[in-house]
Amino acid sequence: MPGLGASFGRGGATNFLEDLSNSDCIVIEGSNMAECHPVGFQWVSEAKARGAKIVHIDPRFTRTSAIADLHVPLRMGTDIAFLGGLIKYVLDNDLYFKDYVVAYTNASALVNEEFADTEDLDGLFSGFDAENRMYDDSSWQYDPEEPNHSGAEQPAEAAEQERTDDHPDVKKTDRAQAAGSGGPTIPAKPRRDETLQHPRSVFQILKRHYARYTPEMVSEVCGIEPEVFLQVAKWVTDNSNRDRTTAWVYSVGWTQHSVGAQYIRTCSILQTLLGNIGRPGGGIMALRGHASIQGSTDIPTLYNLLPGYLPMPHAMQHATLDEYVADAAGKAGFWGNKRAYMTSLLKAWWGDAATAENDFAFDYLPKINGDHSSYRTIADMIEGKVSGYFLVGENPSVGHPNGRMNRFGLANLDWMVVRDLQMIESATFWKEGPEHETGELAPETIGTEVFFMPAATHVEKEGTFTQTQRVLQWRHKAVEPPNDARSDLWFYYHLGRMLRERLADSTDPRDRPLLDLTWDYPVHGETQDPDAEAVLREINGVGPDGRALNSYMQMKDDGSTSGGCWIYTGVYADEVNQAARRVPAKQMGLAGSEWGWAWPLNRRMLYNRASADPAGKPWSERKKYVWWDEDAGEWTGSDVPDFEKNKRPDYVPPDGAKAQDALAGTDPFVMQGDGKAWLFAPAGVVDGPLPTHYEPVESVVENALYPIQANPTVERIPGPWNRENPSRSEVFPFQVTTYRLTEHHTAGGMSRTLPYLSELQPEFFVEVSPELARLRGLSNGEYATLVSARTAIEAKVLVTERMRPIRLRGGQVVHQIGMPYHWSYAGISTGDSANDLLGIALDPNTHIQEDKVSTADIIPGRRPRGPAMLDLVEDYRRRAGVQSGRVGVNGRDPVEADAGEGSNL
Amino acid sequence: MSRDCGAKHRTEDGRRVGSLGAVVAPDGGAGGNMIRVKTWLDSWPVYRQLTGSDPFGRGKAARSKATEATVSRTATADRVLKSVCPFCAVGCAQNVYVKDEKIVQIEGDPDSPINRGRLCPKGSASKQLVTSPTRVTTVKYRRPYGTEWEDLDLDTAMEMIADRVLEARRKGWQEEDGGKRVNRTMGIASLGGATLDNEENYLMKKLYSALGAIQIENQARI
Ligand code: SF4
Ligand code: SF4
Repeated sequence: MPGLGASFGRGGATNFLEDLSNSDCIVIEGSNMAECHPVGFQWVSEAKARGAKIVHIDPRFTRTSAIADLHVPLRMGTDIAFLGGLIKYVLDNDLYFKDYVVAYTNASALVNEEFADTEDLDGLFSGFDAENRMYDDSSWQYDPEEPNHSGAEQPAEAAEQERTDDHPDVKKTDRAQAAGSGGPTIPAKPRRDETLQHPRSVFQILKRHYARYTPEMVSEVCGIEPEVFLQVAKWVTDNSNRDRTTAWVYSVGWTQHSVGAQYIRTCSILQTLLGNIGRPGGGIMALRGHASIQGSTDIPTLYNLLPGYLPMPHAMQHATLDEYVADAAGKAGFWGNKRAYMTSLLKAWWGDAATAENDFAFDYLPKINGDHSSYRTIADMIEGKVSGYFLVGENPSVGHPNGRMNRFGLANLDWMVVRDLQMIESATFWKEGPEHETGELAPETIGTEVFFMPAATHVEKEGTFTQTQRVLQWRHKAVEPPNDARSDLWFYYHLGRMLRERLADSTDPRDRPLLDLTWDYPVHGETQDPDAEAVLREINGVGPDGRALNSYMQMKDDGSTSGGCWIYTGVYADEVNQAARRVPAKQMGLAGSEWGWAWPLNRRMLYNRASADPAGKPWSERKKYVWWDEDAGEWTGSDVPDFEKNKRPDYVPPDGAKAQDALAGTDPFVMQGDGKAWLFAPAGVVDGPLPTHYEPVESVVENALYPIQANPTVERIPGPWNRENPSRSEVFPFQVTTYRLTEHHTAGGMSRTLPYLSELQPEFFVEVSPELARLRGLSNGEYATLVSARTAIEAKVLVTERMRPIRLRGGQVVHQIGMPYHWSYAGISTGDSANDLLGIALDPNTHIQEDKVSTADIIPGRRPRGPAMLDLVEDYRRRAGVQSGRVGVNGRDPVEADAGEGSNL
Repeated sequence: MSRDCGAKHRTEDGRRVGSLGAVVAPDGGAGGNMIRVKTWLDSWPVYRQLTGSDPFGRGKAARSKATEATVSRTATADRVLKSVCPFCAVGCAQNVYVKDEKIVQIEGDPDSPINRGRLCPKGSASKQLVTSPTRVTTVKYRRPYGTEWEDLDLDTAMEMIADRVLEARRKGWQEEDGGKRVNRTMGIASLGGATLDNEENYLMKKLYSALGAIQIENQARI
C-alpha cells in the first residue's frame, strides 16, 4: 500500500478496528464495510451508539449506507475530487490542526525550485517523459538543508543509484511498494519555513494545487449537491481537533483504480492536516479482504519484495550488498539500519554459507529488472515464455479481471500445479469454460499438464495469519487433513527437500543457493508435517547466544544475528510464540495488547507518539493515549509507544547522527527519513507528488478539471485479448463497478462450494436503477447481457433504487451498474463471471488493476451461445473503433481483422 | 453477525440450527394434544414471557422442552482448539470443536477483543470448508492434450513435479540480461492466495528465491 507507505512510512492500517469505537466521526469511503467486513463493523455501530456521526461515501446504497447518518452517492471514480475539495475547505477556512501540522508534517518543507504543478502544466507535473509515459521525480525533491543534518554523506554507490533511479527498467519495478515499512528514501532533510508562508513550502504548494477544487467543482465532477459536500465537510472538521477525532475507512473500492495509490494519498493528506493520525479514534483504517493479505505483503510472495519490505535486488542497481544498502546508508530513521535487516535475512536463509567474505551470499539472490508482476506474466504465458505455474489457493480464471486472457495464459503453459480444496475453474480451464463454448479452446489443442494437489483447510494445519490491523494470530491444528490433502507448508518443504536431494552432487554454481539453503525443519507425524513454530522462530530471528531476538533493534550487520523478516521480530520474544496469546478481552484494555501479537513490536496503533503534543503531553484528556512520563523518563500509556521508549520529547539530533538517532523527539513518523508525515511526497509515488483528479481509464465523462483525461502514467498490457473500451464512447455508454457480497468470498472457491453460502446467494445478478431499466427495457428477475471490448456475459437483473443515475451539470446523465464478481461455472452456485467483462489497466505504483470502474453496454436477454458470441463482441469493437479481438488457437496469434474507423488502440 | 440475529440455518441433513449451533427438533417442540391445560399454557412462549422473569423472551421464556432436551455439539466435543476465520481480514477468532477426530462445530471465540464471539455467515459456514460434499482430497492429473482427469498417487505426483521444476528452471535460466548479472530463471511463475499462512509464504519465497524464480506473485497484488 504505497499510498500509506509514502505518507507515513508504513503500508499498514494506522489504527485497529476496536479503536473505531473511540471515533467522533467515521467516514467510510471506498468500502461497504457492513457487508464485506461485517464483524469489524460492530465497532462502527459501537461508535454510533456513543454519538459519533457516520458518513458513507459510495456510488451504491448498501447496508453500510443504511446505518450511516449520511450517504453520499458520488459518481464512481471521483474520490480524489471529493477529498481534494475537503482539503481545500480545510485550508481555506483555517480548520487544520495548526500545532500538529507544523510539528509533525512536512508542511513547512521547501521544495525544489524546478518543481511545476499540474496547475502550471495543464494536468501534468514537471518531469514527464512523454515517450515512456513516466515521470522523472528529480524536480519534486526537497530543497536540502545545509549543512546536512541527517548525516547523509553520500556514498559513491548512492550517487550511482540516483543516476539509474529514473531508468525506465528501474521505475517499472514498483519500488513504491517497498515503502510498506520504511518510507521512501530521500537524499536529505529539507529546509523549512515554520510560518508556512514561503511560496515553495509544501503548505503553499498544496493550497495552489487544490485551488480549483471548490464545492461547486466537487459537485460538478462527483455529481452531488454542494450542500451534501458541505455537510460532510462540517461534520469532519467539527470532529477533528484536540478533543475530537475522525477516522477514515477504505478498502479495495479505493485501491483498485488506475489512480488507487493516489486515492489513499489524498485521504492521508486530509487526515494529516486534521491531526487525526496516531491518535485514538482517528487514523486511516485499511480494510483488507483476505485472512492474511497483510501477511502476504509483510512476508511477500511478490516479485519486487523480500520479507519486511526489503526490495528485491535490481540488476541495474544492486550488484553487491554495499550497493543494495547504499540508499539507506547514513540516512535518518529506522530505515538507516537496512544493512542489519538484510544481513540477518541472508543469515536466516543461508546460515553458515553466508559470510562477511562472500557478502553474506547476497549474490545468491536472483535479480529483477522490470515489471514481472502477475498480469505481465500472464501476457508472457500467452507468448509461450513461461513453462511452469503454481497456483496456490488462487483462482485467476475468476478472480482476475479479464478471465479470458488469464485462461489463454494457462492454455499455453507446459505444466501447472494447482493447490486447492476444490476443483476451481483455474484447474479445469482445459475442459470447460466460456472459450470452450465459443470454440477458442479445446482439450485437444491444450498441452498444459495439470497436477491438482489437494490442500489442507485452516483447521487442518497450524500457523499464523496477519489480519487487517497487523495482528498475527496463531491457529492450532484441530485434525489431520484427509487422504492426500496437505498444507502448503508440507508441499513446499518436501518439494525443496526433494530438489536438494536431486542436486546433491551438483558442482554447478547456480545450484549453490539451493544446496546451501537452511532447510532442516523438524517434522511431525505420519505425514512428516514440518513444524510451523520452527519456521515462525526463524522468521523472528536468533541472536549470537542462540536465543530468539526480542526486537529488531538487536539486529546486527556483522552476521551475528539472523531473522527472516525484521518487522516480525518479537513475535517469538522470550522463546514464546506470542501470536498464540489469547488473554480474554475482558482482562485487557481496548488495545488488546495480549491477544496475538502486532507488528512492529506489538504496537497496536502506529505513530502513537503523535497522540501527545510536541512537549509530550496528551493533546487533551479526552484523547489521551501515549505520553511522556518525565519522572520515569519514558513514554507510557495504553499501548506500546511507537517511539524509542526513552527518547526525550526535547531531544535534538547532534550533527552527524544516523538512523533513529537522527530523528528528533518530535518526529513521530519514525520510518520516514525526515520523521514527518508527508503532505507532499517528494519520492515514493511514481505518478505525482500530489493527488490529482483524472477520470478512470474507461469513463463516460470528460475530465472537468484538466485537459488530460486519465492518469498519464497508467500501465497497459495491449493485445487482442485485452482491448480497451474507448472513453466517452456511445457504444459503451454505462459505468460498471464490481463488488462482494457478505455470503461469498472473492472468486468463490471457498464459498460457491459450500452448501450454506450457495443457498444464501444462489446466482449471479447485476444491479441497475429503475431509470436504466426503462432506458434499456430491462425487467427485474429477467436476464440481461453486458458487453465490453473483452467479451459478453449474462446475469439476472435486479432493478433497485440503490443504484442511482447521476445528473451532471451540463445535463449529461451517467448510469451506473453494479456487479458482484463471485461467480463462474463451477461449484454449487454458478453463473457467468463478472471479471470476464473487465480489462486490465494498472495503477503504475502498484500494478493493481482498475476493477472498480469500467464501461459496458447492457441489453435485455441472454447472451448468444457458440461462435455467435464472438461475432456480437467483435461487432461492438468495430462500432467503437477498437481493433479486432479475434485470436487463433489457444488465444495465441491475433487474427487481424479490419480495425474500425477511427481505431486508436 | 450470528449472535445478533435469531435466524436459523439448516444443517446438511436438513435439521435446523440456531445461530449458536444448538440443533432444534423437527417438530419445533410444540408438544402433543393430550397434555393438560397448565402444561399447554406453559409451553406457550408468550404466556411464559408475560408471567415469568423474561418479558422480552430472550432467555428462559423462549426455551421449550425440546430445547431442554437438546445437547449442543459444543458440549459433547472431545476438545476445543483456538483458530482464526480464513475468509476476510477482520481476523475473527474461532473455537473449533472436535469429536472423534472430526470437526463437529466452529464458533466465534467470545474472548477475542476483535470479534467478541461473533462470526458472519462466511465464518459461521467455515466448517463446510472441511466437510463440503465437493471437496477433492486426492491427487488428480491431466496429461497434455488429455480429455479427462486421472488418478495419481501423491508420491509419484511429487516426483513428477520435482522433475518439471528442475527442467523449467534450466530452460528459463538467464545468467545475464541487458549486460547485467541476473542469475535467475524465467521458466517458473507462481501465484498464491492471501489465505496462505505467514510460515507458508515464507518457505515459498525462500525456496523460489534459492531456485532463482522471480515471477512470484500473490493475491495481495490484486
Ligand atoms: S447468517 Fe447471521 S446475520 Fe445472516 S441470517 Fe444467519 S444468523 Fe442472521
Ligand atoms: S467471520 Fe466474517 S467478518 Fe469475521 S473474519 Fe470471517 S469472514 Fe471476516
